[in-house]
Amino acid sequence: MEEYRYIGKPLPRRDGREIVTGRISFLDDLRFPNILYGKVLRSPHPHAVIKRIEKDRALALPGVKAVLTWEDVPDWRGGTPRCKRVLDRKVRHVGDAVALVAAESEEMAREALNRIEVEYEALPAVLDMEEALQPHAPRLYDEFPENILPPGTAFFGPECLKEIVFGDVEKGFQEADFISEGTFRYENIPNPIPPEPPGAVALWEEPNNLTVWVSSQTPYMDQITLFHVLGRQVKVRTIGGACGGSFGSKLMSWVTQAQAALLSRATGQPVKLVLSKEEHLAAFTLRPGSRMRAKLGLKKDGTVTAVSGEWLVDTGSYSMTTQAQVAVGCGELQIMVRCPNWDLKSKIVCTNRNASGIVRGFGGQELKCAFIPLLSLAMAKAGLDPFEVLKKNYVRPGDGYYWRDGRWYTYRGVDYRPAMEQGAERFGWKEKWKGWLTPTMVNGPRRIGVGVGVHGNADIGEDASEAYVRLHPDGTALVFSCLTEHGTGQVSNLLKMAAEVLQIPLQKVSLAPSDSLIHPYEFGPVGSRGTYAIGSAVIAAAEEAKQHLFAVLAPLLQARPEDLETAEGLVFVKGNPDKKISWKAMGVDRTCLGTGRFEPDFTLANCMMTFVEVEVDTETGRVDLRRVVNSTDVGRIIDPPGLEGQMNGCLGSGGIDSALFEETILDPKTGHILNPNLIDYKWRTFSELPVMEHVVLETPFPSHRFQAVGVGEVATSPGPSAILMAVSNAIGTWLPEYPVTPERVLAAMGKILQNPGMGGRL
Amino acid sequence: MPVTTSLQTKKKRRQVRRIFLTVNNRKIELEVGDGPGQIVPSHTLAHTLRETLGLTETKVSCDHGACGSCTVLIDGEPRLSCLTLTVECAEKTIITIEGLPDQEGNLDPLQQAFIDHNAFQCGFCTPGMILSARALLSAHPSPSEDQITEALSGHFCRCISHYQVIKAVKSVSDKG
Repeated sequence: MEEYRYIGKPLPRRDGREIVTGRISFLDDLRFPNILYGKVLRSPHPHAVIKRIEKDRALALPGVKAVLTWEDVPDWRGGTPRCKRVLDRKVRHVGDAVALVAAESEEMAREALNRIEVEYEALPAVLDMEEALQPHAPRLYDEFPENILPPGTAFFGPECLKEIVFGDVEKGFQEADFISEGTFRYENIPNPIPPEPPGAVALWEEPNNLTVWVSSQTPYMDQITLFHVLGRQVKVRTIGGACGGSFGSKLMSWVTQAQAALLSRATGQPVKLVLSKEEHLAAFTLRPGSRMRAKLGLKKDGTVTAVSGEWLVDTGSYSMTTQAQVAVGCGELQIMVRCPNWDLKSKIVCTNRNASGIVRGFGGQELKCAFIPLLSLAMAKAGLDPFEVLKKNYVRPGDGYYWRDGRWYTYRGVDYRPAMEQGAERFGWKEKWKGWLTPTMVNGPRRIGVGVGVHGNADIGEDASEAYVRLHPDGTALVFSCLTEHGTGQVSNLLKMAAEVLQIPLQKVSLAPSDSLIHPYEFGPVGSRGTYAIGSAVIAAAEEAKQHLFAVLAPLLQARPEDLETAEGLVFVKGNPDKKISWKAMGVDRTCLGTGRFEPDFTLANCMMTFVEVEVDTETGRVDLRRVVNSTDVGRIIDPPGLEGQMNGCLGSGGIDSALFEETILDPKTGHILNPNLIDYKWRTFSELPVMEHVVLETPFPSHRFQAVGVGEVATSPGPSAILMAVSNAIGTWLPEYPVTPERVLAAMGKILQNPGMGGRL
Repeated sequence: MPVTTSLQTKKKRRQVRRIFLTVNNRKIELEVGDGPGQIVPSHTLAHTLRETLGLTETKVSCDHGACGSCTVLIDGEPRLSCLTLTVECAEKTIITIEGLPDQEGNLDPLQQAFIDHNAFQCGFCTPGMILSARALLSAHPSPSEDQITEALSGHFCRCISHYQVIKAVKSVSDKG
């Protein structure tokens, strides 16, 4: 394998010093002159019409600059379809916005909220998908009388994938030796809860200029979203900064951003609107709820012959990306299962809870968490080892899948079986697997169980990226790519790639500040696309900048540009390094610019297989996660410790722990979220860490010159269903629901009756 | 703000209660009141540090004492600045993450260890963790892994930097 100067080397993160000194500026650390503080009055009802709002007492408070209700604001709308108004006469979930306040201090803004009087006409609410689909169910939108949102998203094109339907399922079921059937749910709606809450600072300048400082992993896309929300009449500029975690969720910050914009528009002053942690948990976005009623056919040899059924996706009060998540989830299921016959339909259902949004796993995790339990039932009937079945069915070179745009793609990446096998070996799968519903070990009331899951996506090459690289006579380079660092180390990795192409010291390459006004198009580091998609654009820009430099300096070296190379800020003739000249020779009045663009490519997919070992106390129902082994192949590691961190991330942010204890508890009677704080919402602490190991292969990928692909996003996704499998094996009975709380474990074992009021139905 | 004459201001000034505290080796004098730059008794230390003194190095996440992000050292002990009232900090010595590097700006070895071990991802929770770990190491220069995880168990991190944080803390303790 080619040895590189920076690629593959563990190098300190570019922003390391700022992080460990706290000097890094997150959104709420920015200071603005003349700033006002925005607050949102939120609905206590899951579904209501606002009859009257009395705001005079709030406006009379000194220091209160604006109080806005639906009657005061333009008809700005977002969502897919565009049905969600920033402020509406109707509220559709507890925590939905009723009024906005801007004041000179947070205390004043809070006091103003207390002084707004609202008269509601409460409407019947619906919080369950199947109830929402009943003929006389409460209707969230007049436009969607059945509470079903239209499938497909224009962003993915006219043929956007909406379902998996091809082949002949009847024939497929006839060929099957075993058939499994059932309804499976992943509906505990975990919240990824980045520590930094969602927020925005907006400055409106008449007549139609809006600047928004965002906390986001996709600052350029925020600009595009807002442009459309604001009726395509406003010049929107977004400025990004360090992002204190997102895990996908902050891509749906447009409501908060637009609220801040309305308040700035009303006051002429900059307005900061940052959600409290309670608002973050109770009124921001959640993982989509997933419920699949389906049937699967399996042959004795582990071939899946047919899948049919219906996948219901709970999008809550509206959708921005749920259609996209359905498309990607359907694509990802085909990557996991090579099956010739499908009839899996989907429905996106509105209910009266806060909206579903984006979380690592983007549709695929939601679908897998319901699908793998269905497959498990069939594997158990067949007496097949799940590791062997998952390995057998994962996409291989030459296989294909319908991806998000509805087109068929033939996979041209590496064969993942060696990575899976090495992962199984490291875990000791063969020794630990004792058969379905059979514990690995019994020690008095404690039982050990094991499980395995797999996930991967073809989003590593999704969407376009553009970048510029500018070379300067002082030997430095500036990368233009509209990025912020949100924790993956992506910025440092892209700078490594640029420095590797240019062969200059790493500290001589930097990234221009994130600002939609100065950067070219960038979809952002999502879907594990940073390494391949964004990397390709940056590499191409650096290469073009270098060619530009060679063209400028070639005459001075009396050589042809194609015979030149560069290192350490010197340009020299290949094979004759004495014939050299400094970058300085380009002249102090010149820069050399290169541009790069990445075109979407859906022919490569990543893969993550996760093995878990749990210990279940059959007396108390407590489940301990003892060990996790993740295995993957990334082509080429860009940054070893960064990759390790991403893979360790499989636990948090709505990942493996969403199968163990993480859940958002929605009161089915009132629509209120009962645990909107970091005490009642359970999270993993330092005292409860399982043994964590990773197997990472480096089989060169046909991606870009560094032959690498990303895996950061998918680390959370294979684990949850593996936990369900492991606990089921440990206790000897199927656990159908997430998370595996002590109550559910004991109920599954017949030791207690499950209280239907506490955590769903069995 | 109500307009006051200079005489009234002087009179008010005489009556105003002042508290003194040390923040990162700087003596700070704060007036208790509701004017600009003054603190009201309900202000938390986190609020005073960030909004009154402009020390935004202390990061606030949950603001209800559950996540550890806003941890500072008060007389050497890790404390949640979002649950501590500033008026209760009179005569106390406070160290925030800004106060860890020495006067030449050299990082505390623990800060350097966090960089060397990539012991953060998004970095929002990092200042609080470093301060809790610093307090632990000051009290127990060679802590066991259980002591490390116990000392950090109140720190919320969603990226899962935990494993690399433990390595970073250990690397410093081994030297200590």
